Amino acid sequence: MDSLIAPFLNGTADGALLLIAALGLALTFGQMGVINMAHGEFLLAGAVCAFWTQQVVASTDVSILLALPVAFVFAGLLGLVLEATVLQWMYDRPLDTLLATVGVSLALQQVFLQLYPSGVPVEKPSLLDGQLDVLGYAWPLRQVFTIVLAAGCLAGLGALLKYSSFGRRIRATVQNRALAETLGVATRSVDRMTFFIGSGLAGVGGVAASLIGGTNSQLGTRYIILAFLVVVAGGLGQLRGTVIAAWTVGVVTAYLADWTTGSLAQVITFVLVVVFLQVRPNGLFTVRTRGLA
Amino acid sequence: MRNHTTIRRRTAAVASVLVIGLATAACGGSKAADGDDAPSAKPAKSCVDVSGDTVKLGFINSLTGAMAISEKTVSAVLGMAAEEINASGGIMGKKIEPIQEDGATDWPTFAEKTEKLLTDDCVAAVFGGWTSSSRKAMKPVVEKHNGLLFYPVQYEGLESSKNIYYTGATTNQQILPAMEFLKAEGVKTLFLAGSDYVFPRTANAIIKLYAKELGIEIVGEEYVPLDKDDWTTQVAKIVKAKPDFVFNTINGSSNVGFVKAYTDAGLKAETTPIISVSIAEEEAPNMGASVEGQYAAWNYFQSVKSPANEKFIKDWVAYDGPSDVTSDPMEAAYISLHLYKAMVEKAGSFDVDKINAAADGVSFDAPEGKVVVDGDNHHITKPGLIGQINADNQFDVVWSSDGPIAPDPYLEGYTWFPEATRDALVKAAG
Repeated sequence: MDSLIAPFLNGTADGALLLIAALGLALTFGQMGVINMAHGEFLLAGAVCAFWTQQVVASTDVSILLALPVAFVFAGLLGLVLEATVLQWMYDRPLDTLLATVGVSLALQQVFLQLYPSGVPVEKPSLLDGQLDVLGYAWPLRQVFTIVLAAGCLAGLGALLKYSSFGRRIRATVQNRALAETLGVATRSVDRMTFFIGSGLAGVGGVAASLIGGTNSQLGTRYIILAFLVVVAGGLGQLRGTVIAAWTVGVVTAYLADWTTGSLAQVITFVLVVVFLQVRPNGLFTVRTRGLA
Repeated sequence: MRNHTTIRRRTAAVASVLVIGLATAACGGSKAADGDDAPSAKPAKSCVDVSGDTVKLGFINSLTGAMAISEKTVSAVLGMAAEEINASGGIMGKKIEPIQEDGATDWPTFAEKTEKLLTDDCVAAVFGGWTSSSRKAMKPVVEKHNGLLFYPVQYEGLESSKNIYYTGATTNQQILPAMEFLKAEGVKTLFLAGSDYVFPRTANAIIKLYAKELGIEIVGEEYVPLDKDDWTTQVAKIVKAKPDFVFNTINGSSNVGFVKAYTDAGLKAETTPIISVSIAEEEAPNMGASVEGQYAAWNYFQSVKSPANEKFIKDWVAYDGPSDVTSDPMEAAYISLHLYKAMVEKAGSFDVDKINAAADGVSFDAPEGKVVVDGDNHHITKPGLIGQINADNQFDVVWSSDGPIAPDPYLEGYTWFPEATRDALVKAAG
């Protein structure tokens, strides 16, 4: 029984982390049309925040909770700087943003290497030490934490977009920038805030990622392609598509890894997504409005 | 106005980017320079000039890129060894003039820079490299120019070249001693976990054969790509298989993910210990989870007791900083320069052919103990050691081979290793 349960739970947790990484992209790429290849390094920045808070606060349980807002703000500020210095002149030119941000991504990796040549060790909080017994499978609590975190991020972002006036301004700007401006929406400041939130979410994802693997210069690279894949497969500008795609990729990869090998699972998953995009080039959900990017 | 066409075009653009990314990832590390079986008919004439009072030596390691973390200390310790030799009079009275190159974690760059060192800088020998891919890229170059390369890292064996000296361990000096240790511990079941590339796959093929010989059952074998860190699914299989021991051939930062998933799943050194072949003094403190009680197989540990090692550690701390540790690959790099000096002085010449003719039996009192060069296969004798990680992330030596082990890169002295397997593995390793 647990041979069927374990990949399901592991995959759900993997998908949850992928979702946090992809949520920010769903905003900046899906909604704003900016291809930010440095998004992965914002994850890395979040992971570094987890390390910093552990240096300051002795209790690993307190420090991880503290790391979440710190990482959100720190990665968000990095996003703001990137938007202000590079991207604001490149809206509507996605391929240019891609090239520019690949450069930024490499530069950030080198900065990290200069500061921490052998990476930074992030300790697991003692609260997450145990396992939860699910039908005979000892499910690591760390994975439960990732899922709760992803749910929190999703709920927060969803509520913000749907219910707040700021969320309405984002959606208005995205759907029709010119009209929004004539209605008095300060679209430039909306751009900046959207980028802040999108990048901040990457920071939160970085804290979760730091509990799984090595916090080194390659951390962002490990997630960026999959995160883009999830956003595209889900359908641009579609949060529910992103959620379903992230979860599906997580679970399918986990089952494949269980039945075959880790390497083969990765390859098969990519092939499946490519085939899927041939059938549905616009992803899972397509919105048939005129203005949505 | 954005519309559907834009969306589709953008999706297509992203899809192509992803495909390019994937292709790059898939190619990464797999393909080094080819054609090592085709040495040119006539080696180029050496341009090495030692008529003055210096001798130029090339040092090449990745000072940038993903491998920089590991290779920087190797590069630094080569510099220390050069200073040390210069202070004591140089090689045959000639001071070493090091020429430093950066391989940049890029295998064609290793080949290019090695070529530059040999033909433009006219160095008498090249020292460095870490990954097998970097060595395989440099091999045809040193063979073409009849140069010398000293390679300081343990590797998968099944190779020997008249233009390369291997001062790290080959499989019968690290992997096989580790298996003998497991046998002595009474291990009955073993789980293999490795990164998905040539070293772990080759090592595990050998481990499986030897395990059969020793009566140890392999109860699982899992690989994860080098660039992936998440081991949760694979560790779940270890939990289920309940092996006596886990044999770990994972490399690089993927080890961090493995150790985290291992502790996540509630596994412990007391119940399911791990023996690793790539976690050393530098890696142990950076795991993000305690590795106390786990084992590693090497030929040198900082804790080795010998006058040569005391001096080595003292010099290294003075050279590089008080918080710095020494490790096996560093030690192997350090001794490579000293062995070169001894070989040149025995040959009485910097000429490669004369050095090769004199190499057999050259020895050095290394920090790991006395090492001797084997003139046939160009490897050196090394003691096999097993260390257990203590609370200070240092290794307590808990097992050692009976004296130094003679190198046998092709495992020709082992009856359980069939000829056909050797040929297949040599071919697979390229």
